[in-house]
Amino acid sequence: MPLPYSETVLEHFRHPRNVGKIEDPDGKAIEGSPACGDMVSVYIDVDPETNRISDIKFESYGCASNIATGSIITELAKGKTLEEARKITWKEASEALGGLPKIKAHCSVLAVEGLRSAIENYEERHGLVKERKPTMVETVRGRLKKVMNPITGLDLVRTNLVRDIAVGDGRVRVVVDLPAGHQFAPVIKQEILEKIEPLWDVSEVVVEFTE
Amino acid sequence: MSDRRQVYLDNSAATRLDERVLEAMKPYFFDKYAVATSEFAYSQGIEAREVLDGAREALAAALGAAPGELVFTSGSTESSNIALKGVALALGSRKGKHIIVSEIEDFPVLNSARALEKQGFQVTYLDVDGDGFVDLDKLRDSIMDETILVSIQHANQEIGTVQDIAAVGRICRKKGALFHTDATHSFARAPLDVGSIPVDLVTVSAHTIHGPRGIGGLYVRQGTRIAKWMDGGFQEFDLRAGLENIAGAVGFAKAVELATPEETERLQAMRDRIIDRILAEISDTTLNGHRWKRLPQNANISFHFIEGESITLHLDMHGFAVSTGSACFSRSLEGSHVIFGIGGDHERAHGSIRFTFGRYNTMQDVDAVVDTLADVVQELRNISPLGKDKATEEG
Repeated sequence: MPLPYSETVLEHFRHPRNVGKIEDPDGKAIEGSPACGDMVSVYIDVDPETNRISDIKFESYGCASNIATGSIITELAKGKTLEEARKITWKEASEALGGLPKIKAHCSVLAVEGLRSAIENYEERHGLVKERKPTMVETVRGRLKKVMNPITGLDLVRTNLVRDIAVGDGRVRVVVDLPAGHQFAPVIKQEILEKIEPLWDVSEVVVEFTE
Repeated sequence: MSDRRQVYLDNSAATRLDERVLEAMKPYFFDKYAVATSEFAYSQGIEAREVLDGAREALAAALGAAPGELVFTSGSTESSNIALKGVALALGSRKGKHIIVSEIEDFPVLNSARALEKQGFQVTYLDVDGDGFVDLDKLRDSIMDETILVSIQHANQEIGTVQDIAAVGRICRKKGALFHTDATHSFARAPLDVGSIPVDLVTVSAHTIHGPRGIGGLYVRQGTRIAKWMDGGFQEFDLRAGLENIAGAVGFAKAVELATPEETERLQAMRDRIIDRILAEISDTTLNGHRWKRLPQNANISFHFIEGESITLHLDMHGFAVSTGSACFSRSLEGSHVIFGIGGDHERAHGSIRFTFGRYNTMQDVDAVVDTLADVVQELRNISPLGKDKATEEG
C-alpha cells in the first residue's frame, strides 16, 4: 500500500520534532497564510558568542509535507551557524526526508523560507539591516525562483515557465507560459502574487498567461 | 492503532459492490453474453434484449418514468455530458445559446458548461446561500428567452444539501427552459419522482449505491429536444451509441432494489450521530451544508485551525478512509469550490472533512471515528500556529 510519502516523512509527520513557540525569541518569521493553504512559524534563539542557532521551534498549519519539512528543517538547523543554516535548501530538506512528491514542493518550501526569514529577522533586529533596494527584473526573477511549478516540483524559472517580466512605476507584469485554463494556472498565479506583492516599492502585480 | 480494521467512510466517491448484485450480473458474463438484438435475430440476442429492457423498466419505475425515457450510459459523467451537450446541440442554433448552472455543481456539469462556453454559449453560474441553496428568485430572473437549459443538482456531492428541485422545475417549466438535475448522489437515497417533479433530464449512477462502476442512466422526458453527438450504432433510442452493458444494467437494477427505505433510515441515523457528536465534543467545528435538508448518508464538517490532508492521513493510519475539500488533497491544488460557494474561506475549505456512509458501516464505526478524531484534531492543533489565542482565553 504505497502512500505517496516516504517512511521518514510519515515518521516526522506523526512525531514532529521541536514543535511549539519560543518565548521572546531572538528571531522569528511566519511564512504563508491560511489563504494560501499552508503556514509555518519559525522561532530561533542565537548564541551571540558562536553565532550558532542554540534553539529552534516551529508551528505548522498545513499538510503532511509541510509538517514534516518544518520538523526536519529544525533538526538540520539546530547547532549550525547562521551562515550555514541560511544555505540549507529545499532539496537538502527533501533529501533528508527521503524525498517528497513533486506536487508537494510548494507546500514544503515554506519551512525553508521560514528558517531564512527568521535568520533575516534576527539580523535586522541586531543592527544588520540591509538598505532598501529598488525592485528590478532580477529581483522579481529571484522571487519567482521560490514559486514552485506543481507539474515538476521545480521552480518556475528553472522550468522555463516565465516568458516575460516587466517592471516599472511600481507595476510588475509577469507572463507565464501556460494556458489560462491549465489545471495549475490559478494556484501558480496566486503564489506569484503572494511572492511579489510584498516588495516594498510594488503597488500592482499583473499575472498573464499565454494561450 | 490497535484496531487495524479498515473503516471506509467515503461512500460518495465509490461503494463496495454488494455480492447479491454480482450474483445477479454473473450470468451475463458467462452464459448470456450475446448482444441485445432485434426480435428478428437469434434467440440469445432476443433474450439479451428482454433482460436489458427488464432492467430499464425497473430503473425507470424507480424514477416514476416510462421505460422508453431511461437511457443507459457509462456513468454519471457521461449522462451529464449528454444532457448538457445534447441539448446545446439540439437547441443552440434554434432557440438560443444561454445555459444556467449552479456554481456548486459537480465537475461533469460544471466542466461541460465551461466547454460549451468556449464554443460560444453563454453560461450563468448561479451562486448559492450559506447552506448551499440556489436562490429561486435569482434563478427566475436569470432565465431569458435564449435560455435553453437549467442544470441544478438534486443533492450536493460534498456538503449533501438537497435542493428544492420541484420549485426549480416549476420555474423552468413556466419560463420555457429545459431542466436537468444531477441526481448521482441522491438516487435511491432521497425521493425523486419525475411524475410529480417537472424535470426533463436526470443523471443517475450505480456506483453510489453498491452497484457496479461503468453503468449509469439518463432520464429523458419524452419529447425532450436532445441531439446525439457520440457517433456509432443506433443503440439506446439512437441517443447513446455503443454496445449495451447488459451485466451492468442488471447490476444497476439490482442495486436499486437493494437500496431500501430501511437502509436510508439506518444511514440517516449514522449521519445524525456523527454530526451531533462532533459538534458537541470537538470545539471550533462547523457543519457544512444544511442540518436537515441533506443527503441521509452525508456529513461534512470543517475543523478550524488545521488542514484536511493532515487529518485524512492521520485517520488513514488509524484505519479510517474519509475525504477533504482541502487544496492539498485535490489534483488541481485548489480548495473545494463548494465550500467557497457557500461563503467559506480557504481555512474552512482546507479543514473540511466529508464522511459518507454506506451499507457496510455500523454505528460502532461512527463512534470509533469520532473518538479517534478527537485525538487527531487535538494533536494537529497543538502543532498549528492558528487559534492559540482563543484557546488561552478560554483557559
